[in-house]
Amino acid sequence: MTDLHVTRRAALVAGAGLAFNGAPLHAQDAPRRGGTVTVQVATDPRFLMPALRGNFSITNLAAKVVEPLVDLGEDGQPQGRLATSWDSTPDGLAITFRLRDGVKWHDGKPFTAADVQFSAMEMWRRVQNYGTIVFRNLVAVDTPDPLTAIFRFSKPMPLRLMLHAGTELSYVAPRHLYEGTDFFANPVNMAPIGTGPFRFVNYTAGQHVIVERNPDYWDAGKPYLDRIITRFIADPAGAAAAVESGAVDMSIFSSLPRTDLVRLSREARFRVSQKGNEANSIGNTLCFNHRKPELQDVRVRRAFAHAIDVNFYVRSFLLGLGKRGLGLQPSFSEFFFPGLTDYPFDARKAEALLDEAGFRRGQGGIRMTLRMTSTNGDDAVRFATFVQQSLARVGVRITITTYDSAGYLANVMRDWNFDLTGETIGFRNDPQISTTVFLRSGQPRGVPWSNQWGWESPAMDALIDAAAEAVDPDRRRALYRDLGEMVMQELPMWLAIEQVYTSVTAVKLRNDHNNPRWTGSHWSDLWIAA
Amino acid sequence: MRILRLVLRRLSLSIPCLGIILAVLFFLLQLAPGDAVDALIGQMGTSDDTLSKLLRSYYGLDGSVVAQFTGYLGRLVTLDLGLSVAYGTPVLALILERLPVTVVLMVTSMAMAFTAGCVVGVIAARYVHRWPDTIISVLGMLVYSMPSFWFGLMAIVLFAVTLGWLPAGGISDLRAGHTGLALMLDMAKHLVMPALTLGLIFFAVYLRVMRTAMLEVMTLDFMRTARAKGLQERAVLFRHALRNALLPMVTIAGLQASSMLGGAVVVESVFSLPGLGRLAQEAVVQRDLNMLLGITVMSSVLVIVVNLVIDIIYAKLDPRIDVGA
Repeated sequence: MTDLHVTRRAALVAGAGLAFNGAPLHAQDAPRRGGTVTVQVATDPRFLMPALRGNFSITNLAAKVVEPLVDLGEDGQPQGRLATSWDSTPDGLAITFRLRDGVKWHDGKPFTAADVQFSAMEMWRRVQNYGTIVFRNLVAVDTPDPLTAIFRFSKPMPLRLMLHAGTELSYVAPRHLYEGTDFFANPVNMAPIGTGPFRFVNYTAGQHVIVERNPDYWDAGKPYLDRIITRFIADPAGAAAAVESGAVDMSIFSSLPRTDLVRLSREARFRVSQKGNEANSIGNTLCFNHRKPELQDVRVRRAFAHAIDVNFYVRSFLLGLGKRGLGLQPSFSEFFFPGLTDYPFDARKAEALLDEAGFRRGQGGIRMTLRMTSTNGDDAVRFATFVQQSLARVGVRITITTYDSAGYLANVMRDWNFDLTGETIGFRNDPQISTTVFLRSGQPRGVPWSNQWGWESPAMDALIDAAAEAVDPDRRRALYRDLGEMVMQELPMWLAIEQVYTSVTAVKLRNDHNNPRWTGSHWSDLWIAA
Repeated sequence: MRILRLVLRRLSLSIPCLGIILAVLFFLLQLAPGDAVDALIGQMGTSDDTLSKLLRSYYGLDGSVVAQFTGYLGRLVTLDLGLSVAYGTPVLALILERLPVTVVLMVTSMAMAFTAGCVVGVIAARYVHRWPDTIISVLGMLVYSMPSFWFGLMAIVLFAVTLGWLPAGGISDLRAGHTGLALMLDMAKHLVMPALTLGLIFFAVYLRVMRTAMLEVMTLDFMRTARAKGLQERAVLFRHALRNALLPMVTIAGLQASSMLGGAVVVESVFSLPGLGRLAQEAVVQRDLNMLLGITVMSSVLVIVVNLVIDIIYAKLDPRIDVGA
């Protein structure tokens, strides 16, 4: 994993001419106690209980207060937080977690297996987004003693999936504060009580979240910081000014304009890096509405991929802060497979394929006209425009319609009112959490970020289902490799670009970005050098 | 008594007006694709059917549009502005939290713009077609045509990033944890640049209006009379010309006070200030109907109050004006 970081960074620097100065410093010198770190993010998630709602802007704020069973360690492998060890039966139908002893909630009550049982059965499985998918087959959590939780499934649950999903989804909520309440109206959602290294102090809507040191943390001596202030600054230029003037010590989730990221990377005061964000990367995909006759021909879809010069786009528009995608997963992932079938940029080949599919250039040199739908984010609009201009050169006319988030959801996800869309998808550690859901047929209409493309392939469905229950890690990996190849052959959707979020960090910080999902991690070992 | 009658009459006219605004806004927002739960799901990243249904019924979005609207009006009578879907908290609490920043920002920037506009406008009129007038007019035009956010950003780059004199944004320094008077001073420091940015555009308008009004008044007969009486030029200018020239200024001020919320959105975004303008903008994106209607009610009230005050000022400035008519 660490090697991969180096390779990625090296590729990035070489590709973009970026000089990432000040290699991340890991604690050689002794950690210093005290101090406040101020962090800037763009959006206020307006919800602070990750046991009920899972996304990385929530975990970024709440993971300091509420803890998961497992997190990722520096090596990218699962590391126990509230759990100390785990084990699966060979059939994958039961996974046992041993829990940490002597852990207390911030209100002083002891943490036990009953909290885990309640969170899993009532929250993750029933109302947590993603959790409802991943824990679909969870039938019971047995608690033979206060420090053991046995998860029982009706279908085999791969241990890797459980653990990697767990880093995002297994946040444990205090049973004594939620039981018998209306979950979404519970005030604890906005003033979380957890077991984590920091205690919640204040949330001011649209402005900031403040957490302070928990002196009774189970990991004695930690955390090192006194306080963490997270400020919501949506305007990218305003955020850049806050970073430059020293008003904030860190900006995460690529919240600054790319030109500023490049500029700040040349200043000795900051580290500009993608390290610590790998597990929360995103992808720009080109998705097809397979109900549209023109798009049902695989040659048309392949032609589109050939017609778009992804490397040029990454270099010129993303300033090197991205990479050509391949298959279903980003390149840092264990489920990334180099050598899958690909469609390198070749406009002539694209034209030949379109001719072959029977779409010859007609009046004005136009082969067909399609509608591309996009969200109104800068990134999405830029990508849509690039697709439009690339396809125009091979005789495909594209009209672009942009919507804000709610409008996009209604038009694309619910009404299927699109031909092409440039979907931005987030990867969540394991292909089964947020990837195969795009491709499996037979899902109810109106479920957002599922298969709104109308893609149906029995062979692909069979592979997805087999991989979902494959307990043996090697077999699981092989099945996802096959799936990746099938996706590249058929192109139901095309992952054109993968992007890793970029953080800007003041050089005085230590132990920052030291695991692949650090932004959504506990930060108990973060400290400020004098 | 005259003023009380005026207040009552204005208020009785404003209530139907408010009703119409709310109805138009409510039904306009229905035309926007997607609802608040869609926006919420957009932010969560995923959902399923059961969860979406659960959320819709929790936030009362599963009834018919008409039922939702009448329900809203019914609650409004009891001053209940409902629950914000995006924040999950009462709308009124959120608005009251944001209102002070917007009001302070508006009042200070208006006051600065008005005062400076008057002074500079009078100078320009006094030296009309001479070099001070030319310089002032050119500067005024420059400021007027400059987008406010650009000025804001440039001010940040200069005063916050390069010189480090003023904070780059936000309403207070959270790290310092000030209280009491220190907090007030800190907040004032944070408002300097936003207020100047917001005020600058209005300043250019006031300046031009003031200059024109003064020039017009100075050609009138009573000015000649005043001069003929042997009054000093300063007295002529301030006691006779200025007071009359102020009337159009007050009109403009009243109009601008109502439109300032719009300008405040941009300034609040650039300086990441927690004001009503940004809250309103977010409410549109989030399809947070309750929030948007709540802000509308609040700003309508604000506009009504401002207009009342303007009318009262009219009456004071020019006793001939019968505001009750």
